[in-house]
Amino acid sequence: MKVAISSKGNTIDSEMDSRFGRCKFFAIYDSEDKSTMFIDNTAASLTEGAGPAALQLLTAQGVSKLVSGNFGLKIKTLSSDLNVQLIVMRENYTIEKIINILNH
Amino acid sequence: MYEEYEALRLCDYEGHNQCDASKLMGVSRPTLTRICMSAQNKVSMAVVEGRQLIIEGGKVEIGNEWMKCNNCHCFFVKFQHEDSCPLCGSKEMSEVQNDGEDADNELSLKACCGRGKRHRCQECTNHKIYHI
Repeated sequence: MKVAISSKGNTIDSEMDSRFGRCKFFAIYDSEDKSTMFIDNTAASLTEGAGPAALQLLTAQGVSKLVSGNFGLKIKTLSSDLNVQLIVMRENYTIEKIINILNH
Repeated sequence: MYEEYEALRLCDYEGHNQCDASKLMGVSRPTLTRICMSAQNKVSMAVVEGRQLIIEGGKVEIGNEWMKCNNCHCFFVKFQHEDSCPLCGSKEMSEVQNDGEDADNELSLKACCGRGKRHRCQECTNHKIYHI
């Protein structure tokens, strides 16, 4: 199962971005082989609909869970149709910390 | 319409009084009475004239079921019959009430745009369940 985390940087010690659609990078963590890869959020520069475009980008990678600080209204309605689970994290954790929590 | 079904369910099936039911649906009590009367009229028509009951349409949005994990303090949308937090796997979680009382500390319930309940709200999620 793949989990996407919105990230401010492309390293594992960077902080999670509290915005979903307009974050710089996404960390995609694969819980099966425990690997993490970073992808550029190409949707961040769009003037409108960054969230849905980012979601499309992530579902193409097979992501089934999203972790971010906040999700827009468009994502909230879209995600249930696409069977993607939203997880809202309010604390300023680093990507590494979130992956550690995911590994519980 | 769905709101008529919901009004009927709350008032007649679950036995709430109209005051409680109107609060649960987020509409005023007179509005609830109107919805309820319209629903009862249609149900009686179905019984007396043998018509078919079709429940569809209406200004309704189905709210997601948000849960809060008490271990890692994250919020998440509950999936089917999941019984543990998708992040930390803890079973210590509680339901996030959509009554707007904890609007300050709950992200999925932002303060309302102030346009009132008749407006199909795009900017806030406070009216997310019933727009009538």
